[in-house]
This record gives sequence, structure tokens and C-alpha cells, in this order.
Amino acid sequence: MCQIKIYGRRPVTEGKHMPQYILLLREAPSDFSNYSPEETQQIIGEYVAWRSKIQAEGKYVGSNKLKDEGGRHVSMRNGKARVVDGPYAEAKEVMGGYFVINAADYDEAVETSKGCPHLKYKGWIEVREIEPVPAG
Amino acid sequence: MIATLTRIFGIKRLDQVEDAVQDAMARALRLWPYQGAPDNPTAWLIQVAKNRVLDQLRRDSRLTETTDEVEIPIGGEADATFAGEIRDDQLRMIFTCCHPLIPEDGQIALTLKTVGGFSVSEIARAFLAREPSVTKTITRAKQRLREFDIKLEMPAPDKLPARLESALKIIYLMFNEGYSALEGEELVRTDLCHEAIRLCELLAGHPVTGAPKVHALGALLLFQGARLAARCDAAGELLLLSEQDRSLWDRAMIGRGLRHLRKSAGGDEISEYHLEAEIAVCHALAQSFENTDWPRVLDCYEELLNRKPSPVVALNRIVAIAKVDGVEAGLAELNKLSENRTLRNYYPFYAARGELLREAGNKSEAIDSYQKALGLTSSEPVRRFLMKRITDCGGKGVESGE
Repeated sequence: MCQIKIYGRRPVTEGKHMPQYILLLREAPSDFSNYSPEETQQIIGEYVAWRSKIQAEGKYVGSNKLKDEGGRHVSMRNGKARVVDGPYAEAKEVMGGYFVINAADYDEAVETSKGCPHLKYKGWIEVREIEPVPAG
Repeated sequence: MIATLTRIFGIKRLDQVEDAVQDAMARALRLWPYQGAPDNPTAWLIQVAKNRVLDQLRRDSRLTETTDEVEIPIGGEADATFAGEIRDDQLRMIFTCCHPLIPEDGQIALTLKTVGGFSVSEIARAFLAREPSVTKTITRAKQRLREFDIKLEMPAPDKLPARLESALKIIYLMFNEGYSALEGEELVRTDLCHEAIRLCELLAGHPVTGAPKVHALGALLLFQGARLAARCDAAGELLLLSEQDRSLWDRAMIGRGLRHLRKSAGGDEISEYHLEAEIAVCHALAQSFENTDWPRVLDCYEELLNRKPSPVVALNRIVAIAKVDGVEAGLAELNKLSENRTLRNYYPFYAARGELLREAGNKSEAIDSYQKALGLTSSEPVRRFLMKRITDCGGKGVESGE
């Protein structure tokens, strides 16, 4: 049921293009089962509404949820790959998922992210512009 | 959802099912913001919760061959049957939760939790109770289910009338709990009323359970429910039926009520719900308080009083008498009641007396009555209402709220 969308090189058409931004949704790993069914429904409703809104405005490009479980930290030490499990649930902060959006500039991207319910529920968002890949 | 899954896994696994549903909701909360909600969210949630319970059962290694029995159809073309199944599951669950062997408060709480999806904290807020005591009530109710081995099933045909009776009573109480208490969070209380209406219409819509009596209760609840938004003024102060802005009444709900009222005429039994619905429809259709069909209302109250004498019915009957035969007649009837012991400590008695005296122009005695009522209630909205009446009659609204 879940499809992984892959965002490859952003196509750039004839000079003029709409920059894309990635919204990295960061959050404290917490217990999400503390909400009542009605509260859960309400929160989901808020996210769905936000998503439909940016879709209707033509800003939505794509989004993915990163799995809460698992994860590895890979690094090089003394010429050897070092693999550590993580981030753990005990970590102070994890990246829950990301959205890719169209926005004219940082101001607009920030404005869009301000509407994201994620902020209301203890999360914060890192907004970064994606470097366009020149055509050809 | 809980009802459907409990049918699959058995009422003994109710706790496990509840946890699984909770987990599924949490998972939806994590995924759907990014992936969007699936076409059939309920089916998705049930599938995820089902898998969760199955995983647990496998882990407990108690499950061997039973896995095959628990397939439920989920998917596009099965949606109609699926919806029908969910409805039937909920009906079974209502009958199970409203089993007469469970104490009444437990029946209501369990129904709200398992059929209505209310959280413990919401139930506590709606009942002005503390969460631990609601949890205890629910735990006790579940113990009863286990002790008496109450099955999740529709009652046998010979038991159905009695079981339906107790389910209707619980729905009636649930509605009143939301409707009549004047304190607490308005929103949660309104939810309680709407849930009672939903359950009643669920019963009414099923060929086996849709008895005329069920339609009568449905009509009653819808007529009353239509007035929910009009019960308080802008400042949140209580308004009597005579003072409500009738344009705020929910016409759509009244319409639905009328349809149920028509279907309630199907049998030869006239239940108390029929009588109450009849009174409610008189109010719902009246242009104004004065233009209400008071003789018809009075007839119904007389009949109700014959069947189950209660102070509320007695007082309402007197209000109707005052409308039909005049204030003096009403006061004369009221004085007959004053020998009744239970009424002597019942604030609505004095409040009603005050209203009638005020209407008769006897302000000083009206003030006395309001004062007496004031001494008998600690409900703040009611006290504010009475104080306002006293000042309106020229009395001093000095008494502080103790």
C-alpha cells in the first residue's frame, strides 16, 4: 500500500523556474497514543486540510514519512565504516518525514510551513531550498 | 471499529482490541499527514488493528488454526456490505454494553467508550466525574461481562423486547446526562446528546430492532436535540423554553424527528417515549410558547403522571394547566402538591411556583418562592437565573453564592 516516491533531479525548464523547498519535519519522539480517538481524528483532519490546501494552491510536490523504527548512523572511522543503530526513541529529536513544495522564495516557503499543524503539535520545521539541476 | 473487532476476536479480548485500535489510530496519525488518508479510512484502521491483535495472539502462541476464521472483507466493492456489517457489529455491541446485569452507570460508560469512541477523560468531563472513577466504573462493567460470560451477540428473539427496553433506557439516560446538566463543558455534553441520537437511529434503522417505540424515542431525542443551540443566551445564561429564540432551533433535526414520529405510530403500544415525543413535537412545531397546543400537552402529562408519577412530570403538568386553565388554576394545583414530602426539598418546585406567582402579578410571594429555591440548589447557572428573577421582581439579589 505504501509507495516510495523518489525525487530525482528537479527538471528545470527554460530558464524560468519555480524553486523547490524541502520542509524537514522534526519532532521529539513521543508517545502519540495519548490522544483520544476524537482528538486523533481532529489532528489528522488538520494535516489533511493543510495538505489539500497546498495541493490546491499548486505548492505541493510530494511528501514521505520516514519509519519511526530502525535507522542507522553510518560514519567512517580510521578508514572503517562504523554503523550505529539510531536515532533511538530516546533521542531528543528525530526527523519524522518531509514535504517538498514549490515556493517563489524563502518567505513564501516559510509562510507555507507556518500553516503546517506539525508546529502546533510540538514539532519544528527546517526549511531548505533545493538546488536546481541545470537542464541538459 | 471496536465493535467489529470484538466480534472477530471475542468480547474476552475487548481490552486487547481497544489497545490495538488505539495503536492503529496512532499509526494513522503518523502516516496520513504524509501519505494522505486512504479511500476507506475505517477499513484501513480495522485492518491495521486486526493485524496488531493477530500479531499479539501469534506471539502469545495461543493461536493456531483460528487465524482462518478472522478474515473480514475489506476493499472497494465490499464497501456496502462492510458498512452494513459495521452497523450490525455496533448493534451487537450496544446490546452487550447495555446488558441488564451490568450496573447502569457502567452500561452508559461502556457504551460511550466502546461504541461511541469516547475517551475516559471525555466521559469524565461529560459526567463531571473524575477520571479514576470512570476507569473504575468501566473496569467493573468489563468484569461483569467476564463473570457472567456475556456474549457479543444479538439477543434471542424472546429476549429482544426486554433487552431493547434496557438499551433504550440507557440511550435516554445518556441523552439526559448531556442535555439536562447545566454545568461542564458544553461541547462534550452536546457530543453526548448526538451520540445518544446516533445510537437510537442505529437501532431504529434496523429491521429487527426498529420497533415503533424506538422511533418514538428517536423522535423525542431529535426534537429536544433541535433546541440544543437555543438553550443559553449569548452570555451563556440559561433560557427557559418560553424565552428561547425559536429561529435557532435546528429545522433539519425536527424534520428527522417528524419522520421517526410517523414511524412510531406503527404498533398498538403507546409507550412513555410516545407520550414524551408527543409533548416534544407540540413544542417543536409551535410558533411561540403561547401558541403551543397546551391542551394536547396537558393530556400527555396527565397520562404520563398516571404511568410513572415523578416530580418533574407533576410540575410540567402544572405548567400546562396554567396555560390551559389559567395561572390561578395552576397555582391551586401546585398548592395541592406542596404536601408532598419529596417536593418540599426540590428547588424546581419553588422555581415553578415563583414563575406562576410572578405571572399572576404577585411579586412579593414570587420573590419568597425564588428565595426558597435559591436555598435548595448549588448549581451556579440556576442560581444566577433565580437571582435575576428576584431582581426582576424588584427584590434584592443580595444573597451570595455559597
